[in-house]
Amino acid sequence: MPEKIIIQRAEFENTLRRMAYELVEKCGGLENVVLVGVHRGGVWLAYRIATIIQAERGHELPRGELDINLYRDDLSRIGYHPEIRRTEVPVPIDNAFVVLVDDVIYTGRTARAALDALMDLGRPQKVLLCVMVDRGGRELPIQPDIYGVKVPVDSTGLIEVRFREIHGEDAVVVRPRS
Amino acid sequence: MSFPERGLIGIRALRREDIELILRTARSMKDISKRDVKKVPALRGKTVANLFFEPSTRTRTSFELAAKRLSADVVNFSPSGSSMAKGELMLDTVKNILAMNVDALVIRAKPEGACEFISQHVDVPVINAGDGMHEHPTQALLDALTMEEQFGTLDGLKVLIVGDILHSRVARSNIYLLKNFDIEIRVCGPPTLIPRGIESMGVKVFYHLQEALEGVNVIMMLRIQMERMQGGHFPSIHEYSKFWGLTAEILDRHAPPDAVVMHPGPLNRGVEITPDVADGARSVILYQVENGVAVRMAVLYLVVGGGR
Amino acid sequence: MTAIVLKKGRVIDPSQHLDTERTVIIRDGRISGIYPPGDEPPVEEDVLEFNVDGLVVCPGFIDLHVHLRDPGEEWKEDIASGTLAAARGGFTTVVAMPNTIPPNDTPQVTAYIVRRAREVGHVRVVPAGRIVRADGTALSPFGEMVEAGACAFTDDGSWTSDAQLMERAMEYAKAFGVPLLSHPEEPALSCGGQINEGQMSLLLGLKGIPSQAEEVAVFRDIKLAELTGGHLHLQHISTKGSVELVKLAKEKGMKNITCEVTPHHFSLTEEAVEGFNTSAKVKPPLRTEDDRQALLLGLRDGTIDCIATDHAPHSELEKKREFNEAAFGISGLETALPLSLNLVRNGHISLSRLVELLSVNPARIISSRGGTLKPGAPADVTVFDPDLEWEVTPEALASRGKNTPFLGKKLRGRVVITIVEGRIVHSVLKV
Ligand SMILES: [Zn+2]
Repeated sequence: MPEKIIIQRAEFENTLRRMAYELVEKCGGLENVVLVGVHRGGVWLAYRIATIIQAERGHELPRGELDINLYRDDLSRIGYHPEIRRTEVPVPIDNAFVVLVDDVIYTGRTARAALDALMDLGRPQKVLLCVMVDRGGRELPIQPDIYGVKVPVDSTGLIEVRFREIHGEDAVVVRPRS
Repeated sequence: MSFPERGLIGIRALRREDIELILRTARSMKDISKRDVKKVPALRGKTVANLFFEPSTRTRTSFELAAKRLSADVVNFSPSGSSMAKGELMLDTVKNILAMNVDALVIRAKPEGACEFISQHVDVPVINAGDGMHEHPTQALLDALTMEEQFGTLDGLKVLIVGDILHSRVARSNIYLLKNFDIEIRVCGPPTLIPRGIESMGVKVFYHLQEALEGVNVIMMLRIQMERMQGGHFPSIHEYSKFWGLTAEILDRHAPPDAVVMHPGPLNRGVEITPDVADGARSVILYQVENGVAVRMAVLYLVVGGGR
Repeated sequence: MTAIVLKKGRVIDPSQHLDTERTVIIRDGRISGIYPPGDEPPVEEDVLEFNVDGLVVCPGFIDLHVHLRDPGEEWKEDIASGTLAAARGGFTTVVAMPNTIPPNDTPQVTAYIVRRAREVGHVRVVPAGRIVRADGTALSPFGEMVEAGACAFTDDGSWTSDAQLMERAMEYAKAFGVPLLSHPEEPALSCGGQINEGQMSLLLGLKGIPSQAEEVAVFRDIKLAELTGGHLHLQHISTKGSVELVKLAKEKGMKNITCEVTPHHFSLTEEAVEGFNTSAKVKPPLRTEDDRQALLLGLRDGTIDCIATDHAPHSELEKKREFNEAAFGISGLETALPLSLNLVRNGHISLSRLVELLSVNPARIISSRGGTLKPGAPADVTVFDPDLEWEVTPEALASRGKNTPFLGKKLRGRVVITIVEGRIVHSVLKV
């Protein structure tokens, strides 16, 4: 199976825009909302969504970043410990409306770890999960509140979300696991 | 590759990439210690054994806190009073502890090479918490983290280590670490306490503190052990502090205004360092203590994780 | 007694300036004769004939420095295992160091070693007694101990640091014609030291032993030998400075000074202790390449009289320890020949000089009747294959001491027959 493009360029941007609207809608405004991106894809996605909201509504949402590696449930099983990046949330999240942002949801384990990591940082009033791609295959009862596209892919495939800021193009791509 | 699979025996075996990885990880770990909830589940279900064949409450506490902040279980074992007194071999003691299914060993021991020796005979990672005059790797790492925080980068610094260089594992590990960077390393102390031929390790030797202080960024004062007097290494405490003790006056007159003062502790106030310097504005001693926990969290996290 | 014929070997005997193809015939425990091949007389009695074509036949090796650990530390070695190791290494005579438990400072202990060696030994054992009695005050009874079989006196393991006692010992020993073997190490400078003071002690943080700790002791001993005229034999010299001091003394015409060097000191440097390797922990410590080169030069130019192993077997109990706690010493009897052959292969010395260093000279130092293949001499003979390669494994070593830094290494050169007084004590050759 060669690489297959699901969405790209304008369609990618439109999807982001739709997600941004949905986010504002589901949060009932922008008051008290904090975007927290999961390293690394989620950080870029959060940045893009925030950029759209800033352009359209003139409001700069506070953005944080979360490294979930210390909270993974498979640390004792994988052969090595991945490098830890910084976890930084610039505003207190107590009683905030936190939107957890990640590029892809698959088994739900990353989201679970992210929720745990978030809870150690404070007690938000509400947490929403926002992802670019829902690829199915859930192993935990966790569903995104906002998603860009649904692309069912089995375990032999890999989803890649590319952002022009780092990868030079905007695209969602499916390719075989190498 | 010995790090991180086999643990952390010494800085000498590390490459610059390894050091940078540990320092980066330590910076992430430091954030955790500043939160309300100072704990992450990374090492949940793991057991770390602190084996201190030589007492050191400070280092042991720092390792213990580090392990606990990563959710590991910690057993502390200070065999000095118990079985070791009965003539039990160190390796036997270690194997007894390992039989209880421990995932990592933190070892402080008097003989140089003790950690290397033990790691050759066990299959869990060993972290050296100080072995005789050999190495004290986590101390050098926390010192580097502190310097980096103070100056933004390690490259380009001038670092002066003052005191008993001959018997100091802290000095040795620091020299090994700093040599990986573009750093001018100076040592200063009485000639009897500076190992002959140390210039071959790429350091500059000074006998006069005033001279050594010119242009430095970091002044690391080492603890002077009173026993050295009996060995004829110096004639009296009074004479030692007069020539090699750091006072506010000497510091202000001879060191650049942005130079910081470090000390691995415990301090002999009034001997190698006066209280006004130890507690003064240029002292970063308490940052060192704080960074110690972060560095030890980073090392435990990387080492217990095994390979790369 | 069955005669032994060693046919067509390369016979090297510097005591007769011999290095040529010859057949050696042994009868009644003595060398019967050496003949050009084809010229041998007929042998009527029972005969064991070995074709030693391509092998070296030489007077049996003599090791002036062996710790047999018997009596007292038999778990490390005993007279049976130690002399078997000696036979395997080509040594027909070994000098047993006196730091046993109890120490050999009485004729009774000397007699025990001699008797025990006769009962279970594979090669000839000549004990060396202590210079100063273990209680520290007086000299050992040199005369009675010589009568019991002692061939030399030494406080090996430590230096005889009391200059007055050493001066008296050198004088007194002259009456019995025995040498004093000195382990030159000024304890005030070496105390607590673990390895050579130098690059490795800097890197590992281990306390160093400076070369000068040895050299000041060598200097004092040479001065006392000058004063007394007694025979001083310096053990295991390891530094460039020591070689220079001995050379200077010899150039001044001092015939009463001899010295030895060990295979590990001329083969290895301090770098062998990297990684806190206790199998390379030894006294004197392994030194620098500069020192090693000086030893090679001394072996070549005659400053150094002989090669002695300082065979110091230890069990795992003493060696599988933290470096500071581990015992000093290297098991050396069985690796001495291949390591010495490296000197020949690297062009430092000739094979004939090698036989001088391992046999002729040590015989002279302790006035042994060995060290020669002259007709009528005791038939102490070593036959070796200079090129046979073998791997040093614990199983390959007969010694109980497996403590050698050469473990796991492949060495070239192996003893194939060892004969002591006409008895074959070791052979891997078929008749
Ligand atoms: Zn000796």
